[in-house]
Amino acid sequence: MKTSVNDMTAKALRDPASVLALSATQLDLLIRQARASMLLPRLGSRLQASACLAQLPAAVRAHFESTQVIARKQNQALHWEINRIQAALMGAVSEVILLKGAAYVMADLPAAHGRFFSDVDLLVAKAHLGAAEAALMLGGWISAHHDAYDQRYYRDWMHELPPMQHLTRQTVLDLHHTILPETARLHPDPQKLIAAAVSLPGHAGLKVLAPVDMLLHSATHLFHEGEFDKGLRDLSDLDILLRHFSGLDPDFWRKLSARAMELDLARPLFYALRYTTRILQTPVPPEALQEVSRHSPNRFTLRLMDTLYSRAFRPHHASCQDWLARPALLLLFIRSHWLKMPFPLLVRHLFHKAFISPKDAQI
Amino acid sequence: MIIRDLADAELRQRLRHAGLRLHTGPFTTLIQSAIPSVAEGIAQLYADFPLAPADGFVDFHVHLAPPRNLRRWIQPQVLFLHDDIPPFEPLPLDQAFPMLEWGLNWCVTTHAQQYLIIHAAVVERNGCAAILPAPPGSGKSTLCAALVNRGWRLLSDELTLIRSDGVIVPLARPVSLKNASIDIIRAFEPTAIINRESRDTAKGTVAHMKPPSDALARVAETAMPAWIIFPKYAAGAITQLNPRPKAQTFMELANNAFNYTLHGAQGFALLDRVVSACACYDFTYSRLDEAINTFAELRPQP
Repeated sequence: MKTSVNDMTAKALRDPASVLALSATQLDLLIRQARASMLLPRLGSRLQASACLAQLPAAVRAHFESTQVIARKQNQALHWEINRIQAALMGAVSEVILLKGAAYVMADLPAAHGRFFSDVDLLVAKAHLGAAEAALMLGGWISAHHDAYDQRYYRDWMHELPPMQHLTRQTVLDLHHTILPETARLHPDPQKLIAAAVSLPGHAGLKVLAPVDMLLHSATHLFHEGEFDKGLRDLSDLDILLRHFSGLDPDFWRKLSARAMELDLARPLFYALRYTTRILQTPVPPEALQEVSRHSPNRFTLRLMDTLYSRAFRPHHASCQDWLARPALLLLFIRSHWLKMPFPLLVRHLFHKAFISPKDAQI
Repeated sequence: MIIRDLADAELRQRLRHAGLRLHTGPFTTLIQSAIPSVAEGIAQLYADFPLAPADGFVDFHVHLAPPRNLRRWIQPQVLFLHDDIPPFEPLPLDQAFPMLEWGLNWCVTTHAQQYLIIHAAVVERNGCAAILPAPPGSGKSTLCAALVNRGWRLLSDELTLIRSDGVIVPLARPVSLKNASIDIIRAFEPTAIINRESRDTAKGTVAHMKPPSDALARVAETAMPAWIIFPKYAAGAITQLNPRPKAQTFMELANNAFNYTLHGAQGFALLDRVVSACACYDFTYSRLDEAINTFAELRPQP
């Protein structure tokens, strides 16, 4: 697989010290690529952690300082948002599981350092979905989708309710009852994830997924994703989680592949290990790679996926794109829908979105 | 080397191709544009700005170009692009130069969060800065343009950049003038260089005044905040400078800041430090020469 020669962002994440050898014009390009990939604050915290930041020219440092101000504020705001969610749900549901960014922050994982956040993702058991939704509505979060078709799309087919937005803070949360759409090809059992979730000390009723499940969820999310404006950032999340969890638990790799099998998520794990090792040089033991390679697609599909994902995981900056970038992203977008729904349902969904929704909007 | 040293053809050539690299206060900006009114505005108003080296670090890559659709020819428009991405809707082509100014302000308020940025004019004398925050229409830019033509040094007419150690970092870009204030400043200081007017913009008729050469020559000199003065132009009003409570000034300044909330507790501490160090006033005026006299008598807080 070809990695883009111009991708300076992945190289800087792999080897922060290499940044010190860059010329002023190269640093200029690195800042722009990292910004376009939403990775500027993460790169800043990496450079700081490896004592390289202070050695950069002041003008370059200023961009990291600027983005750090925003990332710090988002981190603080997320703590407050979780506090409000906890207050709203208390009494209505006994436990709620934080997913993705919210989990990284509240569990104080290194993947939270210098990360931007948008919405909060929550997971509750399907039996508690109604109670959780009602409690959140009383807390001021309302559904942003009023269209009857959208409501049906989310409630009958998806793995989450329509996004809810808070009336005064304008923050958005997604309430999930499982991690993939009901109509998707893979069927991980949410009960298993919920049963293994771990409590957050000091936050009654709040949990995060167990380490292997957290990794598998982030991988599943990324490799079912159809839009890649944050592709490299999400791949970097996986890289950081893998490095962190494998350092804590010597048995992590074995547990990871066993759990992937158990949850029907071996394919997304295969892709996660393939592209984190190739693009970010994540140190994965050969046995672990060997183990998941059994879940590789066939040779031709794999070649195709390499071609597509090598584009998706580049910074979304003109300096990294080639003529294949647009078609690659389009194909991945189509693939994400293909994985989400059986073909007849997909046709019906696209027909509705193309011809019926616009007409309803006019009325 | 400053922009004035470039031959007109060379300036246009750079703008059209590799881009014109210049220092704008603490930032390095690269501007690309094949639009004649942009080149003309830069030649006129940026004449004293220092050029930046071709192999140096650039903070903002900006490009003013027609959109890639029919609006290139029919009722032509202009797009502002920051690193190839347009943060705003296109404007009529006639507004290309003001759009450059607004776009550069956007670059600072979006990508320079290391500063606490207040929507205020700021001028300096003897190392002491007067911050003039005010909502649009209060005559802040008019007063600022008048002051910098009477011995005060221009630090900025729109964006007061406060560094984490409490000093003010000059930006010294062209002063924006709107509607009646364009002719008021022309009459007040006939030697002031004011560029071609753009009509029917979102802010009415807009023109920009070239910053005095002294503001550019001393752009690296920071200043300490000494006064916070809320100007209010009222037709026929008598000139009045009234002390203003500090707590109220703090709140008003926080409201006028672009990024006060982003800075959290540090922002509170920094703004407190600025307000504590400043004498705070409300200032009502209608006659610019009287205003100049009042400002000449300002003394820093003991």
